[in-house]
Order: sequence, then C-alpha cells, then structure tokens
Amino acid sequence: MVCGPGGVGKTTLSAALGAMAAVHQGGKVLVVTVDPARRLGQALGLRPFHRGQQRVPDAAFRAAGAAPRGELWAELLDARAGWDALVSRHAPDRETARRILANEIYQGISERFIQSHDYIAIERLFELHSEGDYDLIVVDTPPTRNAVDFLLAPERMADFFSSRLLKLLATPYRSRLADAAARPFYYVADRVLGTRFLEQVAEFFILFQTLSEGFVERAKEVERLLSDERTAFVVVSTLETVPMREAEEFLRLLPAKGLDAGGLVLNRALPAYLFDAELASRASALAERAGELASALSAPGAPLEGFDAPLVQRVLGELAANFHNVAVVAKREAARRAELSRQVGVLAEVPELPDDVHDLAGVLEVGRRVWSQR
Amino acid sequence: MGKTAVSAGLAYLAASRGKRVLVCEMDAKGDLALAFEAAPRGFDPKEVAPRLFAMEMDPEASLRQYLSLQLRLPRTAVFGPVARMFDFVASAAPGVREIVSVGKLVWEVRERHYDLVVADAVSSGHVTGLLSAPQTINRLVQVGLVRQQTSWMLDILSDPSTTGALVVATPEEMPVTETIELASRLEAETTVALLGIVVNRVLPELFGTREEQVFEALSSPGSRSVLSASLGGDAGGLLDAARWMVRTRRSRASHLQRLREALPQAALIYVPYLFLRSFGLRATRQVAAALAQELEN
Repeated sequence: MVCGPGGVGKTTLSAALGAMAAVHQGGKVLVVTVDPARRLGQALGLRPFHRGQQRVPDAAFRAAGAAPRGELWAELLDARAGWDALVSRHAPDRETARRILANEIYQGISERFIQSHDYIAIERLFELHSEGDYDLIVVDTPPTRNAVDFLLAPERMADFFSSRLLKLLATPYRSRLADAAARPFYYVADRVLGTRFLEQVAEFFILFQTLSEGFVERAKEVERLLSDERTAFVVVSTLETVPMREAEEFLRLLPAKGLDAGGLVLNRALPAYLFDAELASRASALAERAGELASALSAPGAPLEGFDAPLVQRVLGELAANFHNVAVVAKREAARRAELSRQVGVLAEVPELPDDVHDLAGVLEVGRRVWSQR
Repeated sequence: MGKTAVSAGLAYLAASRGKRVLVCEMDAKGDLALAFEAAPRGFDPKEVAPRLFAMEMDPEASLRQYLSLQLRLPRTAVFGPVARMFDFVASAAPGVREIVSVGKLVWEVRERHYDLVVADAVSSGHVTGLLSAPQTINRLVQVGLVRQQTSWMLDILSDPSTTGALVVATPEEMPVTETIELASRLEAETTVALLGIVVNRVLPELFGTREEQVFEALSSPGSRSVLSASLGGDAGGLLDAARWMVRTRRSRASHLQRLREALPQAALIYVPYLFLRSFGLRATRQVAAALAQELEN
C-alpha cells in the first residue's frame, strides 16, 4: 500500500515498485491507481490508459533497457463506476439498486460520500486479493486531503451504517413528529431546508440502509486484509512542511490501528554535500575573498584568462550566496528527516531528479535508487 | 503550494496599506496562525496585527451564528439541536457544509465589516464545490432559509469587482496541470472570476548569459583545482550546488511556459522562493513585499 500526502510522487513510486518487482522478482505484478490525471499510464507508456487492466508490453521494458522476469500490469479505477457497482452488489434486489442509482441525492453525494475514492480503492483491493490472479499488488492510494482518510475509510463506513444518525435519517418524516426528543432538531432542519428536501433525503437513506449489512460485513473483511502480515504500508513524502505533517500523522495512526509501517520513502531529497560544514566555511571564504580570487583566476596564464575580473567576482559571489541559501533549506530538511526517522526507519531517499519522470526508463531509475537502499 | 503564505502575505500587505482585513483559513489546520506567529484562532476573528483579523472556519459555528441571527435566539439556545442537525445535513446534502462556510465570508462582505476578505481556501479538488455551493443548493433545496440566501450570495460571488479567485501554483509538473484544470473548472462550474495566478517559490536566476560562460569556465577541472587550492579544500560542491540550482530552475521554467501557453489571458504574479530556516512572520512580510512589488507593475 503506497500511502502519503498528495503531490509527493506516490504514483511514480508505485510504478517504480511494481516495475522493479516485475524485473527482479518475477511473477505477476499489478499496480492499481485511482488517479484522475492518468499519470500512471503515462509513466508506464500505456497509451491510451483506460479503465480496466492493461499489460505493460515487454517492448516497453526493452526500450528502457530492462528484461523483466515477470509481468507488469496496471489498472485504473473509476470511483463513480466503482460506487455504482458497490451499490448493485450490496442491494437486496435489482429494483432497490435501480432506485438508489437514480436518486438525485445519490447522484450528488456519491462523489463525496465518506471519502468515496478511498473506499473504492480498498474495495477493489479486496476483490483482487480474493481473485488471486497476482503475486504482488501495489496500490497507489488516492490523493485525498488527509493521508489518514484512506486508512479510516472502512471503519467510518461501518460506523456510519450502525449510527443513530442513519437511523434518524431513515425514519419516514411523519413518524418523527411523534418523537418529542427529536422535535427541536426537526424544527430547525425544517426551517433551514424545507420539508420536501427532508423527505427526499429520508427516501434516499431508507433505500441506502438496505445496503448496510453488505457494507459492514465487507468493511470488516477489508480491515482484516489490511492487518494481514502480507500487507505492507510504504509511506511516501517530501520534506516540505505540509506533506511532512500529513506523513507524520499517518505514521502515528498505523500502530494505533495495529498495522506495521513497512517504511518511508523520502522524495526530492537535497544532495548530501549541502550538509558539509567544511564546504560551508569555504563558501564563506569565497564570499569574503571573491575580488582577490577573481583577479587571480582571470590573470594571464590562469584558467579564466580573458574574462573580465569584475564579472568573475560577481559569479564567485553568486556561488557563495547560492550555497548558503540552499544549505539553509538542507538544514531545515535535515531537522525534519531526523524527526521522521524517530517514527520509522527511513527506507530510502530519492533525490530531486533534474527532469520529471514521464516514461518507463525514468520509472526504473527511481526504482533502482530505492532498491539499492533496501 | 504556499496558499496560506500567500493569503497571509496578501492580508498583511492590505492591512499595512490601511485596509481593514479579514483573513480566514477554510480548512482550520492552524497554518494561518503560524504565519502570524499568533495562537491558533477560532471562529471569532481576532486581531493579529493592526487592522488585520484572522479566523478559522468552523461550519457548525457558522450555521449557529446564522440561525441565531435569523431566528433571533442567543447562540447557546441553538447548540444542541444544531449540532445534531448539522451532522445530518452535512452528511446528506451536497453543498450545505460549503454554503455555510462560504456564506459566512460572503456575509461579512455584504455587511461591510471589512475592506477586504481573504479566504485561504481548501485544496483544488474541493474548491469548485465551495464556490458553486449556491447553485448546488438551488438545485436541491426548494424552500427554506438556506435557499433564500443563495441569490444575494450569487450576486456577490459573480461580481468581478467584488469577488475574485487567485490560484496559487508552483512551477512544477503536477501543480501546473492542476492549475490549468482548476482554471477551466472555475469557469465552467462557478460564477467566480479568475483574478490571476500567483506563481510561488520561483527560484532565483543565478546567471545571465555572460555569467553563465564564466560559470562553465569555472567548472573545468583546471579551474576547480585552482579554486579548491585557494580555498583550502575541495570546493567542487559549491559549483555542484549552483549547477543544481540552474538545472532545477530551468526545468521549472518549462512548466511555467506550459502554464503561460495554456492560460495566456491570466495575470501571473511571481513570489520568490524563500530561503528561510522556518516560516513565521518574517516569511509573511517577505511575501507581502514581493506581492507589493508585483502589484505595482
């Protein structure tokens, strides 16, 4: 399970892990994504990248200079279609399923209802596991607002279905008026939203409640799968403020749910030489003596002969200033890395690469860097 | 992306120019408070600098305030039923949580308590839902107090002289792609005008053409050893750090170019990368200064 905040390179890393496994370990590997931007397909050279499963052709591996021992497959999940399928599966009969799918509230809600992307990804994972066609499944988890939402989705789903709230929502409107305790609640709701809307919502939830048994049962099965020893959580993050905080929250949540953190991959790490204290003192010396060094370097017979001394001085000054600037950022990152390592062993660091990864060769390059640090 | 930093900087700039400003953090994570080195705010705006008020959105509190104003009850009286109802309404009804959030801010604009209201909004995936909440509510809710609010809200949100969206992006692959998508969704799904794009974390250009030639010459093995000898040790890292900066900036510039080509009409406002150890009031002031300079041009 490749987890973590959005925008840190989870999809690229998922592709890399899958590709490396297919190349070095063999077997049948599947990488699953719920990514609307279809970047997984792009990274694996699958054009077009459509819903369903596609195999990454051996030719693509050859072009990237690799020979896979096994097979690499990719699957793009469609959250909306996934929800419709879920409803159809858990509904007691076809008519109920049809009414839910046609309900206006459902249409508006299915996009955002209890973190729909997260739950769909988890559901699909369970299905794939049950089908047993793959030796390794790498799940590129959805880029939700909070990385922990993914992990909490099954529990929240089960909670919702057993909650008093749902019972309240699914009670036909007229019978509510008899319940004196609930009356102030309905008075306010009625004034704010109007009776007709409340009735529409009630109808939806009456129907929806019929799904509850199936959902709750499935949620339990999924939780069991997540805590299986064959399931590993790889957390991906960069060392920037916001992603770090989400990654930390996620790492704290794992043991709380009895799950093991497989490890942490830090993306876009700055080069190690930026932390070198001696190099920093040389940068200071360079700043102080830029004029003197410029003259020496541009003197006749010297390496920069022919260049204007003041120009060289400017460049030397820039080199020094730039080093100090980037070293400040490196120090900031070092402090954060230390904090994160306290929670889990850092698995690997991937440096900031000059170009974005956009093909299988790039994916394998990322994979090699991670692999070599195992 | 630095949305909070930009929101804080913009609010700070406006307040320093004499405007009475309200800045609101929509997803209440506490980042805005850090930008002003203040204690976490709550729903009630608190003054963090002269004329500058900060708050965190709390949709339930917002609804309570609204109801107490409409039903003319003290806020405490609507506490119990409202908490329960809000849970119900927020789970069931698309747009309701959004409308009480954005509604509170639009109300502040209407009541003219402030000269400027800055909303540090949620991530791009959810923001169009926030800004199109009045239309969503119109579609689903036929009567009731909530419905009555949508027209005046729409009026304020649709008027480009009153309301505008600033999209914050960094010149990197995914942020640029998402910005382009967001710009088209804003146009298609909301009535809010796009004011411009704030390009954040722009790396400095180290060298002009002539300087670059010097840099290349300095990178030759001969120059490197002379430099290292003069500085008393291997100075190659200094050159490597500069090369890293030049390369990274170049790669980012190509994403920026993609942004310009996709959105040629959009005004671009640049905020430089801040090489700071930590982010607090100093960072906010630097962002404000950068924005001031950009807005002058």
